[in-house]
Amino acid sequence: MSDATLAVHFAGALVTLQDGGRLGHLRYGVAASGPMDRVAFAAANAALGNVANKTAIEVSLGGLIVECKSGALTLAIAGGDFMIEHAGAKTNGWTVLTLREGERLSVRVGSAGSWAYIAFAGDVVAKEWLGQTATHSTTGFGGGAIQTGQQLVVEHADIREDREGLIEQPDFLPGGVRIRVVMGPQDMWFRTEAIAVFKNTRYKLTNNYDRMGVRLEGEHLALDAALSIPSEPIVRGSVQVTGEGVPTVLLADHHTTGGYPKIATVISTDINVLVQKRSGQEISFEAIPSEVAVKIARQFAQDVACYLAKVSIPRGNLQQRLMQQNLISGAVGLDD
Amino acid sequence: METQYTPVADHALLVTLAEDIRDDVHAAIVAFDQAIIQAKPLGVIEVVPALVNLLVSFDPVVTDHIQVEAALRTLHASASPKAEQATKRTVQVCYEKPFDLDLDAVAKACNLSRDAVIKAHLDGDYKVLMYGFVPGYAYLGGVDASIQVPRKLAAVRDIPAGCVMVAGTQCLVTTLKMPTGWSIIGRSPTHILLNDPLRPFLFDVGDEVTFQRISLDTYNELYAASNRE
Repeated sequence: MSDATLAVHFAGALVTLQDGGRLGHLRYGVAASGPMDRVAFAAANAALGNVANKTAIEVSLGGLIVECKSGALTLAIAGGDFMIEHAGAKTNGWTVLTLREGERLSVRVGSAGSWAYIAFAGDVVAKEWLGQTATHSTTGFGGGAIQTGQQLVVEHADIREDREGLIEQPDFLPGGVRIRVVMGPQDMWFRTEAIAVFKNTRYKLTNNYDRMGVRLEGEHLALDAALSIPSEPIVRGSVQVTGEGVPTVLLADHHTTGGYPKIATVISTDINVLVQKRSGQEISFEAIPSEVAVKIARQFAQDVACYLAKVSIPRGNLQQRLMQQNLISGAVGLDD
Repeated sequence: METQYTPVADHALLVTLAEDIRDDVHAAIVAFDQAIIQAKPLGVIEVVPALVNLLVSFDPVVTDHIQVEAALRTLHASASPKAEQATKRTVQVCYEKPFDLDLDAVAKACNLSRDAVIKAHLDGDYKVLMYGFVPGYAYLGGVDASIQVPRKLAAVRDIPAGCVMVAGTQCLVTTLKMPTGWSIIGRSPTHILLNDPLRPFLFDVGDEVTFQRISLDTYNELYAASNRE
């Protein structure tokens, strides 16, 4: 194992380095950051047999093109449905491949999804802040944004042929337009009609969408009183409503406190679904009791653990895989 | 008002002690925050103390809103503001040009001289109420009534780190280049972001803060020294 260097030929806005996130510093004004879609990020690392939360690149709709300048390494790509081109050939968006010297990899906007992850068989060199490489996009603290023209160094770069191939996609995430929320904590500031409007409106994601949050478009929500509530803590998933009645869902790099009332909070499972939608796509909020939200979180944790365990099993090297195929072919009596 | 425990999604409770900001309410929040941190109720991940409430986050795989609320109610019954003194912190500030961006405007708005504004600012007893907005923005309560000014109508962009600014009853030392509608009266060489994972920020919520006046020469010396480190 040695180093591999990747030249960044193109990086769109909001392509950043992310690890699992900087938990536990909310009291100092620091959001956790980390991946927008935690499931896809975890899948990319698991597919390489990496330890959880290893630093990966989060690719935005802006896309990323890199070229391997020296060395070689295996990479895993997961999240959304992006267009991947490796050494001139198109491949599926959820895949493990080996990038060799002189080869290019491009990850670009595809048919669906807003964020994809590139995990490395090796350690990508990234700046830490408070012990983590997760990029806090508004300050640039942590690993930082990837810039066109920069070079990425991956130490201990490894080729893991036994892991190459497609990554099974998660099938336990809810589809459709529904995003589940627990109402509150400041729903009491809204008129009864506004609560009904919130539950019955199909909201569109606007293009005012970044790692801090996404502003929605739809019927306005009337507030009950003039707004001068003391600043209160915000979490990832808070649905904050500004003075003009427009809801914004706060995401990975959110402000930690704010004086706008939060009508509802998206449950942690469904944040992974919401973030993969794009501006123009619709969502509708479904209010559930907090007890149900906890049950969903527990089922989700189990589903994720089973899924990652499955994804992390190596497929075997080429020889082993051919042998398996021969055995299967032999068993069912196929003859070619 | 009776303490309210409100569920936040699947993973937190917002514990609200009062509707309005008051010194005794904040002292109770600081005491409650410390009690939760010391007791470490099962599954609790972090606590965020704010102006009238605290956010308590937990791991929903380990516990739930009902169990956390029960643990917090027990702690709340026994937590009372401590008689012992809060930690004291000193922040140095230079009120001279070119750092006095809004000092004249504040003096004019308050019908005071520049020196009187500076004196009122230095004489204040400040307390760290909460961190918020962005990393290291510590909201200090305790600005003297004679120099309280409202926020500007529009935010000014690219205000650098280290600015000492006031709005209403609060004072803040910026840690990052950010837009702000607060009035800037000076510049501080004191670091609030310490970049140490074990002690990332200078203040804890509840700390008492005093400002110490320094000259432009001293500021420049300290600034140069702290950036050589």
